[in-house]
Amino acid sequence: MNVVTPFEGIGASVKRKEDLRFLSGRGQYTDDINRPGQTYAAILRSPHAHARIASIDTVAAAAMPGVVAVFTGADMPDLGGIPCGWQIHNKDGSPMAEPMHPVLAVGKVRFVGDAVAAVIAETRAQAKDAAEAIAVEYEVLPAVATLEAALAPGAAQVHDDVAGNVCYDWHIGDKAINEAGFAKAAKVVEFELVNNRLVPNAMEPRAAIGDYDPTTEDYTLYTTSQNPHVIRLLMGAFVLHLPEHKLRVVAPDVGGGFGSKIFHYAEEAIVTWAAGRVKRPVKWTAERTESFITDAHGRDHVTKARLALDANGKFLALHVQTLANMGAYLSTFATSVPTYLYATLLAGVYATPSVYAEVKAVFTNTVPVDAYRGAGRPEATFLLERLVDVAAAETGMDRVEIRRRNFIPADAFPYQTPVALQYDSGDYQATLNQALEAAGWAGFEARRAEAKARGRLRGIGISTYVEACGIAPSAVVGSLGARAGLYEVGTIRVHPTGSVTVLTGTHSHGQGHETTFAQLVTDRLGVPLAQVDVVHGDTAKIPFGMGTYGSRSLAVGGSAMVKAMDKIVAKAKRIAAHLMEASVEDVEFDRGTFRVAGTDKTKSWAEIALTAYVPHNYPIEELEPGLDETAFYDPKNFTYPGGCHICEVEIEPETGITTVVNFTAVDDVGRVINPMIVEGQVQGGVCQGIGQALLESCVYDSEGQLVSASFMDYQMPRANDLPMVSVATHTTLCTHNPLGVKGCGEVGAIGSPPAVINAVVDALKEYGVRHIEMPATAAKIWGIINASRPAMAAE
Amino acid sequence: MYDFEYHKPGSLADAVKLLSADPDARPISGGQTLLPALKHRLNKPTSVVDLSGIAELKGIKREGDKLVIGALAKHFEVATSPEVKAAIPALAQMASTIGDTQVRNRGTIGGSVANNDPAADYPSAVLGLNATVVTDKRRIAADDFFQGMFTTALEPGELLVAIEFPIPEKAGYAKMRNPASRYVMAGAFVAKTGGAVRVAINGAGPGVFRQADMEKALTANWSPDAVAGVKQPADGLNGDIHGSAEYRAHLVTVMAKRAIDAAG
Repeated sequence: MNVVTPFEGIGASVKRKEDLRFLSGRGQYTDDINRPGQTYAAILRSPHAHARIASIDTVAAAAMPGVVAVFTGADMPDLGGIPCGWQIHNKDGSPMAEPMHPVLAVGKVRFVGDAVAAVIAETRAQAKDAAEAIAVEYEVLPAVATLEAALAPGAAQVHDDVAGNVCYDWHIGDKAINEAGFAKAAKVVEFELVNNRLVPNAMEPRAAIGDYDPTTEDYTLYTTSQNPHVIRLLMGAFVLHLPEHKLRVVAPDVGGGFGSKIFHYAEEAIVTWAAGRVKRPVKWTAERTESFITDAHGRDHVTKARLALDANGKFLALHVQTLANMGAYLSTFATSVPTYLYATLLAGVYATPSVYAEVKAVFTNTVPVDAYRGAGRPEATFLLERLVDVAAAETGMDRVEIRRRNFIPADAFPYQTPVALQYDSGDYQATLNQALEAAGWAGFEARRAEAKARGRLRGIGISTYVEACGIAPSAVVGSLGARAGLYEVGTIRVHPTGSVTVLTGTHSHGQGHETTFAQLVTDRLGVPLAQVDVVHGDTAKIPFGMGTYGSRSLAVGGSAMVKAMDKIVAKAKRIAAHLMEASVEDVEFDRGTFRVAGTDKTKSWAEIALTAYVPHNYPIEELEPGLDETAFYDPKNFTYPGGCHICEVEIEPETGITTVVNFTAVDDVGRVINPMIVEGQVQGGVCQGIGQALLESCVYDSEGQLVSASFMDYQMPRANDLPMVSVATHTTLCTHNPLGVKGCGEVGAIGSPPAVINAVVDALKEYGVRHIEMPATAAKIWGIINASRPAMAAE
Repeated sequence: MYDFEYHKPGSLADAVKLLSADPDARPISGGQTLLPALKHRLNKPTSVVDLSGIAELKGIKREGDKLVIGALAKHFEVATSPEVKAAIPALAQMASTIGDTQVRNRGTIGGSVANNDPAADYPSAVLGLNATVVTDKRRIAADDFFQGMFTTALEPGELLVAIEFPIPEKAGYAKMRNPASRYVMAGAFVAKTGGAVRVAINGAGPGVFRQADMEKALTANWSPDAVAGVKQPADGLNGDIHGSAEYRAHLVTVMAKRAIDAAG
């Protein structure tokens, strides 16, 4: 046969199967769904960061036109609190403080946006009108809006039962070895920095619809979630006390998550519970302002670090002390972010013999803080890569050389770090070399001089990083306090004519899984891409799953699919052996064709699929009909993507405006399934990283009001703020999953911020700048320039 | 958004009648300020009087040594009008930089000037060009029209009909955008009209204002260098999370330099 088919398997940049739907407006998002008899919820939110609720009067609101019901915390005495999914232990072994997080506030409100009451009405406008008619008497209390304020002596207590506002005081690493490292140091570099708080701002605001069938007592929640099974577990088991078989959670098309849609939010519980009370569907859709004041924020660390170096610039020991803002309540994975997703990454790409990290998590009267694209790893990378640049400057070493000298060598893998993780593979010299070449590092000084002639300050910055994805294995994370398993589930359903439906427990909300996952099937089973559909996001369709976060979907979910395909192929071979009257050991399978080894006897994929479902000639005594297999995959280790980002900026001195003129990313994400999708994922991540580094500033005032609560004041990156990001990959394979993949969703946001700030600091080096906090806004940079040249301020 | 009555009068007289009869009625033209306020429930008018059907408020025409722009002229129309581009290219250029494409195809010059947002663009052109604001009742000089943040000489029920711009010998505009909202953080409109120099500063303060020291310096020497050494005092300027009053004061000088550069 000479049929030429386009290559659609692993490594092909096939176009995304989902894009026609999205680009032609046929996506089905939660707010597009309307249920018969639907009502609308409006949430009355606290205008105060911290206040005692003296009284709530809902009588007038309940009498307003169209109002179906008004609920407050007092109506929900039997509901559990919103749970936290990871228990951290203090240095002394005692468990962290875990205060109650009621669905609707009880007694006190603890941040601006805290849910106080819910109005259910016939229309959205009627629900909002009635919410305004609820009279709440508040006794305003002093608020703590920052880490510093929360830890000050005599600070207001966010939770009466959490002394000093400290959630936990945790550490990792060997303190004695660390101190010995510092004792040997020829040079110690000390450094303090802030990792700025961010507001995620997915394009689609959160939304939820609760539905209830009084005849079956079945509940359904449609929600903007990255992990519907996790929501079913958290909300069903801990908050509403509903068994799984009576609760279906659907996460349809979701317009971006970036972590903020991992967590179980109060509104999901409110609409589901209220649907049962009013016996009608209840819909809630966030407005953008609600997103700003209720979606979990990201980052918000203050860190002090010390790095010990020997006389040759080799790192001896690193000591890190970090304060991490939890906000007012513990969001689902908040506690794991500054510990197991941050401090365990503090070895970075360097063979530092000792790392000791202390992390104090602190409650404040602000929106809860949780995982946001990168979750802990951007904070670790920003600290390390700034610190290394400062160390280079203060020891007189070249920025590239100090990195090379301290890299974990390519032949040292598997490499055990002093902070628990064991890296399986990587080649940091190779990604560095490739990036230096692609970015034209060697020719930079000529570009700097040319820019100077134009009156511009040009700088270049580098970041070499490693991160950890596909969090695992379940047994290990369980021993560290995780309250969930972190495996994934995949079902491969072969239909009688040979087409395939994949059911995956991961969730796609922009990543292109419908394409990438289909490519895995095409590559392995030889089924054309058009005959493979990927289904996700519905607990009624998918056996089980843990969802999508931490760049886990391909490494963990894809591996589950591979295991299920192994089972499919094994069974199909037995059917083929029967049909060809051969021994199963002699049957070979290669992309759609079964062959008796060494003969021209073959059977096609379609023939085997049909036989499985029409078993007229079939080994029925020893084999069940059908071709449908499910596998659970529990990873053996994290995966460790890494690489090098190089950023080049130009600053206009008279305004302080920074322009990113070049950005080069060379990432090792393991085996690449779809290079086009990887490029897009890295570019998107880099854009978010540039946003954090230069633009995005989440500001609370001292009263706990979010000053940057809209796009009028919070600067999201726009196309004209961003360069064309040049993306390349350099592959070392993951050694412990069947695909050799590592993950690419977060590398851009992890590697880029320090590259940008290192470039800004380099551009400003004639002004003696040691560090500039993010975001490096025009006003901030002008302030630095102006302070060092006051006489020329108006130049 | 709260409920309100909607009127679409066909004449200026009918619009004035509706607005005069009800102090809580609000006029709307492009709706680029009022609609967001309504959506956020920050404004609760009894009725909204849509001016878009009133022919007397439309049109852009050259009348001798003046350019007359009707209140309903959209930013896009001003930006692309051959009359504006020929007579006052700086005004067309300014209009082309307001908001984004959607805003420019909805927002009107009359709405912007009557609203007098300190971060709006047009007030600096009106003041810098010494324009005359024509209403249904009277003619108001630019120097008398703008009275500080969101405040103008317009009386309740009085409608802005058109703006008459004298044709300058030279004019130029430069601004620095607020990084988040992209409204004006500091802007300068400079013009030389009939030998008289005006410098109008927007964005930086609580309202548009004239910079007398720069006007004096430019009268003596029309060049970017002439204003480079003129410092705008920071006192009274805006300071917020986007930049201090000192930064804005500095930007006033930078933008004035650039505006003169643009004016040629």
